[in-house]
Amino acid sequence: MAVHTSQSVAKAAGDDVARGRSRGTGNPPPPGKLRRALSTHWYAWTMVAPVVVVIGVIIGYPLVRGIFLSLTDANERNVARSIGVNHLPATYKFVGLDNYADALTGEQFLGTLGWTLVWTVSCVSITFVLGMALANILNRRIAGRSAYRMALILPWAVPGFVSVFAWRFLYNNDRGLLNKILSGAGFDGIDWLGDPTIAKVAVIVVNVWLGVPFIMVALLGGLQSIPGEHYEAAEMDGASAWQRFCHVTLPGLRPVSTTVILLSTIWTFNMFPVIFLLTRGGPGDATQILVTQAYKFSFEISPRDFAQSSTWGVLILVLLLIFATVYRRVLRTQGDDW
Amino acid sequence: MRRGITATALVAALALAATACGSDDDSSDSTSKSSGELSGTVTWWDTSTAGSEDKVFKKIAEGFEKLHPKVDVKYVNVPFGDAQNKFKNAAQAGSGAPDVIRSEVAWTPEFADLGYLAPLDGTTALQKQDDFLKQAAASTKYNGKTFAVPQVIDSLGIFYNKKIFKEAGVEVPTTIDELKSASKKIKSKTGKTGLYLRGDDAYWFLPFLYGEGGDMVNASDKAVTIDNAAGVKAMKLVKDLVDSGVAKTDATDGWDNMQASFKDGDVAMMINGPWAVADTYAGKEFKDKANLGVAPVPAGSVAQGAPQGGHNLAVYAGSKNLEASYAFVDYMTSVKTQAQVTKELNLLPTRTSAYAEESVVDNEIVGFFKPVVESAVERPWIPETGSLFAPLVTEYTKALTGQTSPEKAVKTTGTAYRKLLDGWK
Repeated sequence: MAVHTSQSVAKAAGDDVARGRSRGTGNPPPPGKLRRALSTHWYAWTMVAPVVVVIGVIIGYPLVRGIFLSLTDANERNVARSIGVNHLPATYKFVGLDNYADALTGEQFLGTLGWTLVWTVSCVSITFVLGMALANILNRRIAGRSAYRMALILPWAVPGFVSVFAWRFLYNNDRGLLNKILSGAGFDGIDWLGDPTIAKVAVIVVNVWLGVPFIMVALLGGLQSIPGEHYEAAEMDGASAWQRFCHVTLPGLRPVSTTVILLSTIWTFNMFPVIFLLTRGGPGDATQILVTQAYKFSFEISPRDFAQSSTWGVLILVLLLIFATVYRRVLRTQGDDW
Repeated sequence: MRRGITATALVAALALAATACGSDDDSSDSTSKSSGELSGTVTWWDTSTAGSEDKVFKKIAEGFEKLHPKVDVKYVNVPFGDAQNKFKNAAQAGSGAPDVIRSEVAWTPEFADLGYLAPLDGTTALQKQDDFLKQAAASTKYNGKTFAVPQVIDSLGIFYNKKIFKEAGVEVPTTIDELKSASKKIKSKTGKTGLYLRGDDAYWFLPFLYGEGGDMVNASDKAVTIDNAAGVKAMKLVKDLVDSGVAKTDATDGWDNMQASFKDGDVAMMINGPWAVADTYAGKEFKDKANLGVAPVPAGSVAQGAPQGGHNLAVYAGSKNLEASYAFVDYMTSVKTQAQVTKELNLLPTRTSAYAEESVVDNEIVGFFKPVVESAVERPWIPETGSLFAPLVTEYTKALTGQTSPEKAVKTTGTAYRKLLDGWK
């Protein structure tokens, strides 16, 4: 992000740059790349310096520290601490890549990663399909359109933890609304959060419910930017509604949908509150995703395992970096300008 | 991308806060020491049941201000389930920790080992040490020093609904087999479930584990015992109770669901301790307090046993008001306060002399739990005691929900224990 910001500012200062260069034409020895960049862009660099420093302090330093901790065996017992009269020095030691080896060869990381991928893919695809359907419906002139829009955007407006706790009440075995409806209709109640498979479905449902409004609004904006003439032309050529959807709507939405898919994949991959507040990763650790498990290492078990938690954090970052890079490359080969 | 970075950064930053920022200056500007009069603020984190016990404890705690007008008592009720982590976070970060914490017996040696607690020997906090029940005082000692003062002592028993028992025509079960047959009879006669068994907290598993002659660890032999034959048998037993419909359970919200089911008369029995009495009496089934029956937990095939629990009051080592905090702890654990707590909340005192108080002698719940506490199974008071539950509860829930076999559940727990307890068998 830091790089991106500085680039755009450099571009904004482009006028200065051009003038500077034209003045310096008579000198034969070409200056080094870095020097030239500094001499032409010095103004831009000065302007972004505070941002770079702040980002360096609040993101860069902890990131480096996290990577460092992932190479040690730091935990609650052996880190330095000073409480009142008690001063305890740090006694953790450097263990190299042991934590990574443990994580990548052990059952736990790969098992959790498997479910995290299932969770991410199913959440994103279901959310996207539903959001697309709703956006298309709301894009027509129907009576009470703005009322529907308001109602559908509501899950987004409610604070996440409130929604999740509301769902937790709905899912409650004896007193939850869902089971009351089921038993009223003569069926057996379902153990929503107690059965490992159903609990997985339950957390996906809540995340989809929370995620649809964002996708819907983004796609609705995209739909409204597709010129009406395209549809008219397609209709004139005798395209059916489905053909119009496939050949006009979908390509027209491409720039928007690629962005929202990328964003919602990253969000869902790290969707801490839904899992943590709904099931705490349970029953057992059936719904534990990578971030909630990393949190558990750092805050719920004792002694808290800072090293393992950092290791998982770094692995999450690496996975998302790989995903974003591959995704961008695929889009670029398909002709998208990123 | 940014989310990814921040997630890592967050983890790292928190770890960082834990390591680097722990060097908070211990500016001991205790104004209380200079003059004879105590002053300053004493923040107390109480973990008692919100909605019933907390009101009484708040009132009592604030009574300290009347004795010491210059002291400001800040009462904070922290949910029991979160308190251990919350305190560890705050203590390690060096800011935000309370002056006094109500520390569960198993947490106390752990907090002491991590250096979070102030030693209390020779301070005003520890008055008439010989007066405390031996079992209650056991968890407060670590490395030859005393780090807490016992506040209440408790154990587990069976709470039952006398009305439902009468309707079904069953007696209070004293063994697991009787529990099963009673539950079956209750189901057929009244349509209600016999027992609520918490599936999200392994503490409720201990009576069954002890009943089969097992334990989590054997501290004197330095041996992990959770995965021996008795452990497997106990795990099979609880799974069978749930699978056969004798007991119902939940993997989330276990406490709330248990209390609600029992208070509404949906289940006939639950396993619980004295701390649940005040809340249970608030239920519609127990408007007539006489409807609540309490009995010892049913015996397993080998023994009858319930864990010894309770709470201590400990002083945070980084407290800025040590003197006032010591005095507060003394006040909260005095005979007078304990008798008042017993009278209003049916909790068991930790001082021998408090049992001579009239209100305590007359208390029915105390009368029941006193012998239970005296025969309760004491847990090993090692620093790792507080760490033993996390691995067990995950496997316990997994076994109850059919994700793993009872054998595998205890085996995995045993492996986790051996990793935690370096060099144990």
